[in-house]
Amino acid sequence: MTVDESFTALPLADLAEAALARARELGAEHADLRVETVRSQLINLRDGHVDGVADASDSGLSVRVVYDGTWGFAAGVALTPENAALLAERAVEVARVSQPVNAEPVVLAPEPVHGERVWVSAFDVNPFDVPDTEKIAHFRAWSERLLRHRGVAHVDADFQAVQECKYFADLAGNRLTQQRVRTEGGLTAVTVDEETGAFETMRTTAPPVGRGWEFFTSNAHFDWDAELDALPGLLRDKLAAPSVEPGEYDLVIHPSNLWLTIHESIGHATELDRALGYEAAYAGTSFATLDKLGTLRYGSPVMNVTGDRVVEHGLGTVGFDDEGVQTQRWDIIKDGVLVGYQLDRRIAQLKGLNGGRSNGCAFADSASHVPIQRMANVSLQPAPDGPSTDELISRVRRGLYIVGHKSWSIDMQRYNFQFTGQRAFLIEDGEIKGQVKDFAYQATTTDFWGAMEAVGGPQTYVLDGSFQCGKGQPGQVAPVSHGAPSALFRGIRILNTVQEAGQ
Amino acid sequence: MTASVSPQELVERALELSRADGAVVIVDAATDANLRWANNTLTTNGVSAGQSVTVISVKNGTVGAAKTQPKAGAGVVGRSGVDLSTLEDLVRASEKAAEDAGPADDANELIPGRVSADWDAAPEETGISVFGSFAPALGEALEAARAEGSLLFGYAEHSLSTQYLGSSTGLRLRHVQPTGSVQLNAKSGDRSRSAWAGVPTADFADVDIVAVGRDLARRLDWAKRKIDLPAGRYPTLMPPTAVADLMIYAFWSASLRDAKDGRSVFSKTGGGVKFGESVSGTSPVKVTMRSDPAAPGLECAPYVEAYSSDAFQSVFDNGLELGPTDWIRDGVLTSLVATRRTAAAAQAPLTPPVDNLILEGAPGGTGPSLADMVASTDDGLLLTCLWYIREVDPQTLLLTGLTRDGVYKVEGGEVVGEVNNFRFNESPVALLSRIAEAGRTERTYSREWGENFNRTAMPALRVPDFNMSSVSQAS
Repeated sequence: MTVDESFTALPLADLAEAALARARELGAEHADLRVETVRSQLINLRDGHVDGVADASDSGLSVRVVYDGTWGFAAGVALTPENAALLAERAVEVARVSQPVNAEPVVLAPEPVHGERVWVSAFDVNPFDVPDTEKIAHFRAWSERLLRHRGVAHVDADFQAVQECKYFADLAGNRLTQQRVRTEGGLTAVTVDEETGAFETMRTTAPPVGRGWEFFTSNAHFDWDAELDALPGLLRDKLAAPSVEPGEYDLVIHPSNLWLTIHESIGHATELDRALGYEAAYAGTSFATLDKLGTLRYGSPVMNVTGDRVVEHGLGTVGFDDEGVQTQRWDIIKDGVLVGYQLDRRIAQLKGLNGGRSNGCAFADSASHVPIQRMANVSLQPAPDGPSTDELISRVRRGLYIVGHKSWSIDMQRYNFQFTGQRAFLIEDGEIKGQVKDFAYQATTTDFWGAMEAVGGPQTYVLDGSFQCGKGQPGQVAPVSHGAPSALFRGIRILNTVQEAGQ
Repeated sequence: MTASVSPQELVERALELSRADGAVVIVDAATDANLRWANNTLTTNGVSAGQSVTVISVKNGTVGAAKTQPKAGAGVVGRSGVDLSTLEDLVRASEKAAEDAGPADDANELIPGRVSADWDAAPEETGISVFGSFAPALGEALEAARAEGSLLFGYAEHSLSTQYLGSSTGLRLRHVQPTGSVQLNAKSGDRSRSAWAGVPTADFADVDIVAVGRDLARRLDWAKRKIDLPAGRYPTLMPPTAVADLMIYAFWSASLRDAKDGRSVFSKTGGGVKFGESVSGTSPVKVTMRSDPAAPGLECAPYVEAYSSDAFQSVFDNGLELGPTDWIRDGVLTSLVATRRTAAAAQAPLTPPVDNLILEGAPGGTGPSLADMVASTDDGLLLTCLWYIREVDPQTLLLTGLTRDGVYKVEGGEVVGEVNNFRFNESPVALLSRIAEAGRTERTYSREWGENFNRTAMPALRVPDFNMSSVSQAS
């Protein structure tokens, strides 16, 4: 695989030379240039008809400097050496204007220089090379397949593809060209009970992936046929299911639901910039503060969590981060204890973590935004000889088996959370019974992970994730994957959402 | 490159190049400046300038039975950094997308032409100098915080976006949209106490950051006495910003199409929409929820600007004139967000989305101030704002989220201390049926949604039984 020719044909080296030379002349201690072209496509169908198709390509460049100990950043769109030099000047000006607000000189962790490197993510068929007619027809056929079933009143289908091309150059001598591709698609079936006005939805549980169009054209990576065959029946059963009785239940949670709980209660909680307060006014802080590193009991001894930006097909995976740091894999939670954070060059240096080295978590979602510390693929590890999902279920006397993610919310220090799911099955005496509806689970992070009795084996492990992780001001979205096995939790509070609504 | 060609020229040239049966071209020229700080010092900052061109091509249908009028298809392609040399490629890509998309459900004639009086004017721009007097004032506030041993966190952003919308039917519309806000968060040195304020602004001339800092210092004082309360339903005063947090979501959920499809809180049992039904239930307050592109201080685009079609809007409606719209009038549901297509199908009023939202408890938005409402409270909670709001159940529009940065206990008309935070489960629609009192409507900034929906005016609301579902340890 090679980087898109329309990107490599840009005068990247000339832009770097112009911006970096001007920044050096003006006396910047650090300067980097990023050029990005992010291509994206959204296809939406409603009941098999095209609702909207939108293509966008966002390209631009930006210069970031440290000048007299203060950050400065300027972004623009014209890909000319003149503009690149102008942006370097503007970045220095921004640093000057901001200086009254800066009390802490910026120093970056020293990192090895990689020189000229190219990195391309792993995929077979670039979704932008597939004609729109083919993609639309594919999702239309799937929509019609669902609509043929009794009780399916409406079907929403959505497909999204992104191609991200990036060039990074800095005063230290890095010249990094990278490209990655990701896709996401799903169908949501809706049923309406005409008599009572009640309605329910059920969405496919296919994860977003760092793959191309090949993800949608076979059952090799996700069993689309099984999912689409089962969905109408699952939806009918959900509408007819009893409303859950609130109270304490044991839970077996499928990776298609658990990834989001990992994302919110571990992923964000172990971002060092949050623990330091950089996000305090917006995304929030973290209960997992730096003084607890090495001692905080995050969960039960079966809990092992890693951070990485290297797993193949991961959404957070890339060769080098947006500060030129080579990506890697490391431990965040070991045997239930907090042992690591996600770092960028500034905060790694500031606190001397990881031997004063970044672990490659700087990311900006476009050329117009400044890189900040963003989430790596944060994954819960399976037990090497661990049980199957059925074995986990067999250990439960009264509980719920929860599949698919839906609603989510967590507080600003990552203590109290509430999640729902696509579907929940009652477990009685180790066996799956029918569905229940109107369920939500609510817990405090360390109580929840402390109640995790067992994790499933590698055969239950799924890499799920999101295109839409939000953080920072101005707001930035980042794609990130989370791997998880099925897992068993004891004594978790289940709410009835109809009762919560006071009805 | 892009600097050498004007936005108007790009619009005209793209329309000339178009071989489609109809086309809409939108050029957005935007500049932005921002400052962010934490722990009493700068964290990030920046300026950006961007220009994007979106071409919407319409291809009349040629497929289907010959006797029926085949529906048109639309293709939307948007790109940044486009100049005259790359414009044709964009136009052709859009035409190809329209062909590939096939018939669109929302197909319609494009809006007939009209021309903005200021069409020829250049884009307006902002830059780092918009903070020329704000940055030093902020520096003073940070200095003061350091001296007092407290910590300030926050963010200031200003953007100016100039839009040029042209069509093959003769539309030439220009709209300038300034958007700005400051958020300030103060914490005690040990971070155990936290207070927040958000200020919307169009130009930063009206922001008194030192005064905002003083207000937060007073709130940190309130928080010196801690009161633990369990989960439960509490009499609660919601300030305007917290009301905006919930009502913006209700507005986003008010699509006519979803209601007609039987899948929203506004759907009627057995089919149809709850038009003409009361939303006020047992409440003595009959609210009006409305939008108006010309509302003073909340001015926004007076025409439809749609970059994609969905349940809320249609690209075929681009340029459609917007006027004052009552969504709820005197406690009765009157309109839902419609496109020409969904309005016609439902035989409902044509009321497209507008980029501002106003809630009034009494005609003209009159009512007591929040301070008056606190003074007349014997026993209750006073919220600061809400956060991490997500939909739990669309049927009731049940939302969950957290209280944040100050839940205060009011006794005998005065704040007596700070209570722990809660997770709430509440529906904005159900809330409207239980309001005990509404305050004066004022310009406010939603902490949860303000970055996507800046222009709101809301009253404070007194809710007799706000559902605090569980305690959050977060502070």
